[in-house]
Amino acid sequence: MTTANDTIEELANREYKYGFTTDIESDQFPPGLSEEVVRLLSAKKEEPEWMLEWRLRAYRHWLTLSDPEWANVHYPPIDFQDISYYSAPRQKGDGPQSLDEVDPKLLEMYEKLGIPLAERAMLAGVAVDAVFDSVSVATTYKEKLSEIGIIFCSFSEAVREHPELVKKYLGSVVPYTDNYFGALNSAVFSDGSFVYIPKGVRCPMELSTYFRINASKTGQFERTLIIAEAGATVSYLEGCTAPMRDENQLHAAIVELIAHDDATIKYSTIQNWYPGDHEGKGGIYNFVTKRGKCQGKNSKISWTQVETGSAITWKYPSCILLGDNSVGEFYSVALTNHYQQADTGTKMIHIGKNTRSTIVSKGISAGRGQNTYRGMVKILAGADGARNYSQCDSLLLGDQCGAHTFPYIEVKNPTAKMEHEASTSKIGEDQIFYCKARGLSTEDAVSMIVNGFCKEVFRELPMEFAVEAQKLLSVSLEGSVG
Amino acid sequence: MLEIKNLSASVGGKTILKGINLTMKPGEVHAIMGPNGSGKSTLAQVLAGRDSYVIEGGEVSFLGKDLLDMSPEDRACEGIFLAFQYPVEIPGVSNSYFLRSALNAMKKYRGEPAVDAMDFLAMVKEKARLVHMDEALINRAVNEGFSGGEKKRNEIFQMAVLDPKLAILDETDSGLDIDALKIVAEGVNALRRPDRAVLVITHYQRLLDYIVPDFVHVLADGRIIKSGDKNLAIELEAKGYGWLDDLVAAR
Repeated sequence: MTTANDTIEELANREYKYGFTTDIESDQFPPGLSEEVVRLLSAKKEEPEWMLEWRLRAYRHWLTLSDPEWANVHYPPIDFQDISYYSAPRQKGDGPQSLDEVDPKLLEMYEKLGIPLAERAMLAGVAVDAVFDSVSVATTYKEKLSEIGIIFCSFSEAVREHPELVKKYLGSVVPYTDNYFGALNSAVFSDGSFVYIPKGVRCPMELSTYFRINASKTGQFERTLIIAEAGATVSYLEGCTAPMRDENQLHAAIVELIAHDDATIKYSTIQNWYPGDHEGKGGIYNFVTKRGKCQGKNSKISWTQVETGSAITWKYPSCILLGDNSVGEFYSVALTNHYQQADTGTKMIHIGKNTRSTIVSKGISAGRGQNTYRGMVKILAGADGARNYSQCDSLLLGDQCGAHTFPYIEVKNPTAKMEHEASTSKIGEDQIFYCKARGLSTEDAVSMIVNGFCKEVFRELPMEFAVEAQKLLSVSLEGSVG
Repeated sequence: MLEIKNLSASVGGKTILKGINLTMKPGEVHAIMGPNGSGKSTLAQVLAGRDSYVIEGGEVSFLGKDLLDMSPEDRACEGIFLAFQYPVEIPGVSNSYFLRSALNAMKKYRGEPAVDAMDFLAMVKEKARLVHMDEALINRAVNEGFSGGEKKRNEIFQMAVLDPKLAILDETDSGLDIDALKIVAEGVNALRRPDRAVLVITHYQRLLDYIVPDFVHVLADGRIIKSGDKNLAIELEAKGYGWLDDLVAAR
């Protein structure tokens, strides 16, 4: 046991590979939050009056709320006056018109991250919107996509160029009154991505957003809004990293998805925000509201997430199954190592007839990590023939971590069919020894066992990201076995 | 090939092996028999390198190398294979992926190139036939949902694929009915070779009706108290382990 623990220690102390900072002149607000800051932010972004009004309503509502305490996560009170609500790479004159105008240092950073912003993205078939601190830096393949009517741009641009769509859908799935961090985001969101897929169009490439927090003492509050019109199909991926810093940084995002009749939206996340060091110092507070509405009949929304980073993760990508025969899916791998905490899961709200939902959650706890699955399945009275299948599995590595499961089930229709399976297991010395006795190293053994545990989720990811997810998981875990 | 000299080992402060001496040559099949708690499985685990056992003394050399100095994975790569008494389940990892990873780890250790996926598939199918294992099990997760017999057969199948120099079968017969026992034994016999040694650890003599050993050793209270040929097993079966109590007491 002792030797295995030593190896764990060794491996657990691996450095966070994405922890570099980029030295870029930035245009940043001093820390502090007030109505004035909201107005300044809106003015900075040259927003129309209606947008400012909406922000202000959200801000005033936020003031009436208090920090939620029900989640199984623990952190000192956040000082919202100590956060800067706007940080942008300083630009010469107007925003960049093409990639050539983007600061080469920024491009270099994206290279380091392995995110090809330039034409190489084409080869990967990925269109990338990169959000650096608070603003969207560049959106690739915009023109190509616009030829078939797809809008893929920064949120700020959407507010300017497509106000009718933003007005119609903004807050329609996550109203600013929804929750504490949602209200905060609605007041101070600085940028994000906007996607509109017109009727009957199948988006020909994976769309992708890459988020990075660079500046110190800044919060990142982005919004993503994706609308799939009748018969449209889109697959979207977001990735996240942040530099290593001693203080905690707040990331409070909102994602809203709307799927009309026969539309499909697949949303995949690989979240690798800085998790803090091995003593739990620093790291990102990842407090995110993600929700999709299956508005139309036969529509489908599928969430897949691989959450390996952040000091604290608090998110519940959910589906409102309004349209008859609509389908909601949630596939999740959440890993907590060292002192990381995660309280994550989903809500499936069945409203339409014959709506179906699937939940597959895989929680992995190592070190002193605490991992909580919290999920709600709600079948409303009118949801005849609704079906849900839930599976929550927890894997423990070592004896100082924790796994918790809180499934809430509320059924108001007698024709509903519910299945719930849960398991908790521990990577045993037995499993590792078995692998070693077949010639595999401890690292390879742990990686193989954990990846096997997550297989059902990984196979939902787009191919190239599944590979990345497996690697990420192995790196985050190496040696964390006792 | 394998030389064990005065090996003693303990677990949790309790000495289990109290001076084992055993020499095995290539091509030989040795059986170790003994009552429960005599240290049979401990010997198997110690040879495979389980770190929960503490080596108190003695030496083990395998093909001229100091075995006790090696990690479990290096021992496996040197050619030692342990067929587990209780094979472990690895959900979500297919048997074929597991075995290919294992085989490639061994090849890497020996400085050989990794096995080609197509060649591997063909080889695996051939080995499955050899040990009468259902091909469907190759693509199932390692031991997950396998019956007791299937698990044991899978161990023999893995042995066939990994092609060890020394195979240690730890109570491979336990929990098997007579038909399953015969199939497993046939698999082992099919893998007998002049350059491969087999150490069969068993509580009962019946397995030795099918895997006929060259030597039989009786283990009691952490020591080999009697050695002989296959007839010793038969005698033991007839007289019971109580027959040996005097021998143990005499020490």
